[in-house]
Amino acid sequence: MTLPTEQKVPDINAVEAGLVRAGYIPNRQIATALFLALRLQKPILVEGPAGVGKTELAKAAAQFLDLPLIRMQCYEGLDESKALYEWKYGKQLLYTQILKDKLGESFRDAEDLGAAMRRLNSVSDIFYSFDFLEPRPLLRALQQQGGAVLLVDEIDKADEEFEAFLLEILSDYQVTIPEIGTVGAITPPVVLLTSNNTRDLGDAMKRRCLHLHIGYPDQKLEERIIDSRVPGVSEVLRKQLVAFVQQLRTVDLRKLPSVSETIDWARALLLLHANELDVETVQDTINVLLKFEGDVNTGQRRAAELTHKARREAGGEAAQAAD
Amino acid sequence: MSAIAPSAQTNEVILRLLRAARGNGVRVSVAEAIDAFHTVATVGYDDRQALKDSLSLTIAKTAEEKALFEQCFDLYFRREAIALSGAGLPARDGAEMPDGEGTPAQGPSAKGGSGGGDGQGNGMGTGQGNGSALGRMLMARDEVGLAAAMEVAAEEVGVSNISLFTQTNMYARRILDRMGMRALEAEIERLRLSENPADARLAEALEAARADLIARARGFVERQLALFGAETRREIREGALRTAQLSSLDRRDFERMHALVRDMAKRIASKYGRTRHRDRKGVLDIRRTLRRNMSFDAIPFRTVWKREKIDKPKVMAICDVSGSVAQVARFLLMFLYMLTDTMRDIRSFAFSADLIEVSDILEREDIEPAIVKIIEAVGFRSTNYGKALEDFDNLAMSDLDRKTTVIILGDARGNRNEARVELMEKIFNRSSRVIWLNPEHRASWGTGDSDMPRYVPFCHQAYTCGTIAHLERIVHDLLRDAA
Repeated sequence: MTLPTEQKVPDINAVEAGLVRAGYIPNRQIATALFLALRLQKPILVEGPAGVGKTELAKAAAQFLDLPLIRMQCYEGLDESKALYEWKYGKQLLYTQILKDKLGESFRDAEDLGAAMRRLNSVSDIFYSFDFLEPRPLLRALQQQGGAVLLVDEIDKADEEFEAFLLEILSDYQVTIPEIGTVGAITPPVVLLTSNNTRDLGDAMKRRCLHLHIGYPDQKLEERIIDSRVPGVSEVLRKQLVAFVQQLRTVDLRKLPSVSETIDWARALLLLHANELDVETVQDTINVLLKFEGDVNTGQRRAAELTHKARREAGGEAAQAAD
Repeated sequence: MSAIAPSAQTNEVILRLLRAARGNGVRVSVAEAIDAFHTVATVGYDDRQALKDSLSLTIAKTAEEKALFEQCFDLYFRREAIALSGAGLPARDGAEMPDGEGTPAQGPSAKGGSGGGDGQGNGMGTGQGNGSALGRMLMARDEVGLAAAMEVAAEEVGVSNISLFTQTNMYARRILDRMGMRALEAEIERLRLSENPADARLAEALEAARADLIARARGFVERQLALFGAETRREIREGALRTAQLSSLDRRDFERMHALVRDMAKRIASKYGRTRHRDRKGVLDIRRTLRRNMSFDAIPFRTVWKREKIDKPKVMAICDVSGSVAQVARFLLMFLYMLTDTMRDIRSFAFSADLIEVSDILEREDIEPAIVKIIEAVGFRSTNYGKALEDFDNLAMSDLDRKTTVIILGDARGNRNEARVELMEKIFNRSSRVIWLNPEHRASWGTGDSDMPRYVPFCHQAYTCGTIAHLERIVHDLLRDAA
């Protein structure tokens, strides 16, 4: 298992290039994190505001490593029967019926009860076995032949009990099923956990993970992201819209616009055939960027000022680039 | 990127970095330290940024810790060039070099001899043109050499053990001695006495360089202090706070104390949070259902529902915020707030004479405004325990049951009002436990207007709770028994 990864990711640059090929523009830290995760076989805990590409990172990593992505969305009340495995109860019930008939047939000629019991003991018990096991995401990730990328999304939404339960998987890549025993991973999966920080995760959890914090990207990186995700946008518009969003993030808002919102906005502007940013377009479309009424009002009020600033900045840079 | 086999030297560099990080407030467990070594072995030292990023990923686990760590990392690996006085030499590329390679890992092999031992013994005896090794380096403006020599000397005198600012001069002097300062001084002295004007000029130049070097060494040691001393300072301060009498704390400490209490609350919550199971009514326990219905051919006539045993620690906390406990009232309320945060089934009350229920305030408001609100409502008046107990009797006595723990925070100084011990007895009889936490020391219970001895028979436990350390122990006991 080590050989293919080592070949695929000889260094951090290779990870960076691979993610770019998969359509994800990482900063250096993100690439370093993935590189380390692959080399040290440790899970990554990704934290950061919503919409900065935490989940996307897992998808891109799966694509780049050419592994299946197994996603588990966490929510309150999630328990092991939904995350790890479940018995196929219907099938088990049927099995007991068949068993009864079959046993009746074969025991008919047993001379006494003792003999019947001996025969019963010689029949292998498959009632609790893999045949009746319905693997859920976690178990599935462990059972993948060539490994997998396991995305445990929004771990902070799950209960603390569940978090504790995950520890075994995260540190040893194995799970314990009481009726069967310990099931180890065929190939340790690449594990990414994401958190929006709605509650503090336990220290035990954090200790086992590499901790990656993804913040909002800077102007350059965001431009590259837009370029990669919405290729149709002209260079001038791209510079301007990114500059606008960057400035909007410095305004006191309830929910700052994230990368995903920038992408949506770029798409919207593209659909409207905008070539450059102007105040009117901004005011019409700002609800793509801002998701709360109060924020939208603030945004609209300051749209003119920010648009001019963004145009000046982007223009200035464009002029410099031309020099 | 080649993996560097971890030698004792590189290990030392990382270990000290981790120690510095700990001192600056990044929590690094042993497991994480081991991870850090694996990380370094994987990434190597070549790429400073990659090293920083990877270590940050491995050991810093919150955004704040990351900022702290990165700051610490930069400070640790900053090796300023020794800019020589007057020369105004623009920092050559060499100024960067020690940053990249002058880590102690390489230092000793390159400069160990010339910097450490050589200088002291040799300098005196050599001829005029030669001078001391340190002098030669200063004159040659060998910044890399000087930086490395200082690094080695610092290592030898164990500068990373520095813990207090009063040690700065001592360590600076020791480092300079190691670098051959005595030989340099002797050389300067000799040059000064010489008749040759060129020598006198050289002496002057050396003197200036020497002064500069001393300043450098001090600066160097101060940086080490910032890195390695922080831990000791914090330990001393927090240790002192933990055991300080609550009544003698001042406003500034309160902030720090607040953080300590919050820390403690978090620890307690994470430790005991899991004992409060959720009710899972309506989920069929298939395994047990099948088992129970084996006699019916596994046809589920009798269903078994999943249910986890829930043991809710039901707590009522009564907090004295009257004038007699003015000094600790804020603290007691802080504690109450913390309890409310940690336990689910808790009702809290505050009183001076009149007693009101404050559960809502504590639950909804942040800690500071909550405390202010409560103190405004009932705080700092003259105490009347009898009246307070009476109010409690009206408000909540009927809700007491055999599962309830009652915690009373107060000094039991009732201004010689009627103590209403019979109400206390009633509480005692109806509840499972009564715990009295008194900020006063046991010796002063019963002195003056203290009714404590009269109440004590009706408490299952009565503790002195004068310091954070006390409090922590009590809360642990309480939660363990209640859960």
